[in-house]
Amino acid sequence: MLSYIIRRIAYAIPILIGVNLLTFLLFFVVNTPDDMARLHLGMKRVTPEAMEKWKADHGYDKPIAFNPAAEGMAKFTHTIFYEKSIRLFLFDFGRADDGRNIGADIRQRMGPSLAIAVPGLIVGLLVNITAAMLIAFFRATYIDAYGVVLAVAMMSISSLFYIIGGQFIFSKTLRLVPISGYDTGWDAIKFIVLPVVVGLISGVGSGMRWYRTIFLEEIGKDYVRSARAKGLSELAVLFSHVLRNALVPILTGVVVVIPLLFMGSLITESFFSIPGLGSYTIDAINSQDFGIVRAMVFLGSVLYIVGLILTDISYTWVDPRVRL
Amino acid sequence: MVCRPVRLAWLLIFLTLYGCAKTPLNNPYPKGEGNENILYSVFSERPKHLDPAQSYSSNEITFTGQIYEPPFQYHYLKRPYALIPLTAKQVPSPVYLDAEGNGLAGDPPSEAVAWSHYDIEIQQGIRYQPHPAFAQDAESRFLYHDLNEDALGRIETLGDFPETGTRELIAEDYVYQIKRLAHPKIHSPIYGFMSAYIVGLGELGAALQEAIQNLAADKNAFLDLREFSLPGAEVIDRYRYRIKLKGKYPQFPYWLAMPFFAPIPHEADRFYSQAGLMKKNITLDWYPIGTGPYMLTVNNPNRQMVMLRNPNFHGEAYPDEGAPGDAKAGLLADAGKPLPFIDKVVFSLEKEGIPVWNKFLQGYYDSAGISSDSFDQAVRLSSGGDAALTEEMSGKGISLLTSTATTTFYMAVNMLDPVLGGYTESARKLRQALAIAIDQEESIAIFRNGRGIAMQGPLPPGIFGYREGKEGINPWVYDWIDEQPKRKPIEAARQLLAEAGYPGGRELKSGKPLVIHFDTTGTGPEVKANFDWMRKQFEKLQIQLVVRNTDYNRFQDKMLKGTAQLFQWGWNADYPDPENFFFLLYGPNAKVGKNGENPANYANPRFDALFDQMKSMENGPLRQTLIDEMVQIVRDDAPWISGFHPKQFGLYHAWYGNTKPNLMANNTLKYTKVDPLLREAKRREWNRPQWGPLVVLGTLLVLGTVPAITSYRRKERGDGRAPLKKSSSTKGPGGDFSC
Repeated sequence: MLSYIIRRIAYAIPILIGVNLLTFLLFFVVNTPDDMARLHLGMKRVTPEAMEKWKADHGYDKPIAFNPAAEGMAKFTHTIFYEKSIRLFLFDFGRADDGRNIGADIRQRMGPSLAIAVPGLIVGLLVNITAAMLIAFFRATYIDAYGVVLAVAMMSISSLFYIIGGQFIFSKTLRLVPISGYDTGWDAIKFIVLPVVVGLISGVGSGMRWYRTIFLEEIGKDYVRSARAKGLSELAVLFSHVLRNALVPILTGVVVVIPLLFMGSLITESFFSIPGLGSYTIDAINSQDFGIVRAMVFLGSVLYIVGLILTDISYTWVDPRVRL
Repeated sequence: MVCRPVRLAWLLIFLTLYGCAKTPLNNPYPKGEGNENILYSVFSERPKHLDPAQSYSSNEITFTGQIYEPPFQYHYLKRPYALIPLTAKQVPSPVYLDAEGNGLAGDPPSEAVAWSHYDIEIQQGIRYQPHPAFAQDAESRFLYHDLNEDALGRIETLGDFPETGTRELIAEDYVYQIKRLAHPKIHSPIYGFMSAYIVGLGELGAALQEAIQNLAADKNAFLDLREFSLPGAEVIDRYRYRIKLKGKYPQFPYWLAMPFFAPIPHEADRFYSQAGLMKKNITLDWYPIGTGPYMLTVNNPNRQMVMLRNPNFHGEAYPDEGAPGDAKAGLLADAGKPLPFIDKVVFSLEKEGIPVWNKFLQGYYDSAGISSDSFDQAVRLSSGGDAALTEEMSGKGISLLTSTATTTFYMAVNMLDPVLGGYTESARKLRQALAIAIDQEESIAIFRNGRGIAMQGPLPPGIFGYREGKEGINPWVYDWIDEQPKRKPIEAARQLLAEAGYPGGRELKSGKPLVIHFDTTGTGPEVKANFDWMRKQFEKLQIQLVVRNTDYNRFQDKMLKGTAQLFQWGWNADYPDPENFFFLLYGPNAKVGKNGENPANYANPRFDALFDQMKSMENGPLRQTLIDEMVQIVRDDAPWISGFHPKQFGLYHAWYGNTKPNLMANNTLKYTKVDPLLREAKRREWNRPQWGPLVVLGTLLVLGTVPAITSYRRKERGDGRAPLKKSSSTKGPGGDFSC
């Protein structure tokens, strides 16, 4: 397994270089260093000299990817691309254009994102699987039919509607939880409840349908018939046999997103004022802060690759037949 | 019959819910804060800079204005706006010198003045907020100016430093900050502008640049600005310093009321220059150090900013005089009382308007603006356009305060454009026709809920030179009818258009339709309605309007190159002087070629001459006469064809006191007061939890599971001999596994 993991990590390097290159190209196709300087220095009384100084100070006064005036390798290394990219691979994200340390900001904002995402994932998984099992248990009955209709209806509604509706019902009308905000320690619970509940409700439709499909596929297999023939109760069949065998497709969808939980959710965090990473990238794009954009894209790519590797490893745990 | 334990459980649940009902569950603040003297406010965008040399945005000055103290400030209540001392002993009169250094008496003309001196004397005994940069050991060595890795490992925020210190404010700190404006690493937005006035500031920037290059290898190297001389800012003695300007700039004292000219102690600069602290985002840009009434104690721009009363604040009294009507409005009730009134200010980050509005209505924010979404819920406009609160708002004791911002949003033409620009009679008439056709009043009513007044000239209300009533209207666009301005009929615009050579919106010679390109930076779905409305305005004259919507950078490029034809822009006053608006139309300030702040590239020799004369005059009848003439020239030439001055609406709860809109001052928090007991009572009244619907929902859910459970149990207890209805491998409890 170790050699497999090393091989996968080695594969990841060219992928990350490609992602970084693509991010760089896309960013500088849309924005020029002049644009960045102008946006950063503000709208009033900005002189061309101030812009030149800003660019020089932030390393944007060099050619973007090729420096014809330099000698030898410096033609490639004395460029914005090289200087802004090379340290990423050491996870040194550098500084944002406003001078803040990006790594420190990411560390600070990861916690609140996880505070929402982890309970949301766990509770969501439990509720979705339970609901899907219930539907599968009552398959081909009115409960199944109404359940599927309800699921389709719920997954058709925008998550924004659930957020605003949740705030209106639980915070404004029933006055049970704060509308928005965040705190540290145990005081965070009252702020987490509503986003988690809203996330649960907005995701239960699609989740329930997805897991129902998986369970129904498993229920039709021979080993289930054998289990029933042994006289096991239907609940025992579902939880001891069907669920265990359905774990591979479940893990495929779940483990891969675990590392990405760090990245937060843009809309949820904006509406509930959660100081997480969700809006960090969008804010950076709006303020044309290339340092943050490339750091977040890079981090997202790394986490996604980690997620895929973890998924492969988890297969070996749930299915002894799988060997890496 | 219900058994005893179950009854007991129900009783416990009831008591718990009842107990919870006594205290609001939706309170976003920690328990126990309810009766404390705290102000709760919001910020919607994280501040970029809190370094007074860099900070220029209104969302940043909300914080820096309370922490840093420049030498002067605006009187909180008096109108027109008046400068008064803050840390200075008085607002000095400038000393004017000729080229030989001889003093000039009185108010000499600009051309005679070579230098202006401002000698500022600060009060003694003012001390900085407690800060680790000042902490010293028994041998007067600074404790935290040379932190090693071990010490840095225990530090995450400024509050992690166990020791703090303070020292007296001295004149050198003000001079130090003026030097910081030239620091190449700081990128102060006013450095270029101030270099034209402060003697030697430009040269200092060059010298610092060179010094930084020499230090580049050493990350921990500290550039002590005291070692660099600046002829334009010199210490006279411990409490006095002199600012020396090139020429005459009577508006300069207004700049001395902005945080750009607040003091920075060199100890702070030394402390924050340590690379290890910068790596942890502990910088002067994020942890201000000032002498003001408040100090920033929690700085999490992603969540919350908290300011506490500065224990070392030198003290100041609430003003005992104000504008007419202030006493009647109760604004002088606290005259002479020590400031600040509030102990703590909590700013919470709220990116969306809906939570802010709902929390304001719940009493968790003390004041709020009004978004378009909530406007109808909060305000109703009378037929005369007067705003009043709805019954729901007034029932809660909320008050509404409105003020017209010292801001002008204008639609301008590029005077270099061959069609719309130029100074010929036909071009002028074309612009005047457009000015009549664009119904700004309608736009304000539709898109701003009536929150604004149509522009009559470049000056907004509140700025010296602005005229009200009949003599203040633009006679090329309005008639004075029934004691109010009435826009001229569209026929007048059509007549002007025909006289300009475009009868029926077509060029007289070629017969081609007149097409005008409008450059703007609008974003979001709502701007489409605005563009459609704009096109309709031009269609009144059979003119085609092509909207070229772009991002701000592209827009700036067009302005710099002069390729735009018609565009929208705005200006928010830096200080309450007409010079700060007329310079937007001053020829030498043109955007094209000079990169000035005159994007219309308007250049009228007579206007420029009047501007040169007016800008250095004291307010008075003579200045008013010149301003009147300048306004008339601009109205006639019409480089700004349309525009408006926005109105600000603010809602304040009954417990919020001493509120008077002051559009110039940025340190007004110290005058504000709250009644925390009333607030807490209202919060409890407005936020009683409602458990009923949740109990009903839970009961329905429980009841809904009963048939399923019954069905399952019946199935599990069955003898397996139930007849099969259908044969299917994927059937449920009644399916094939039962056979």
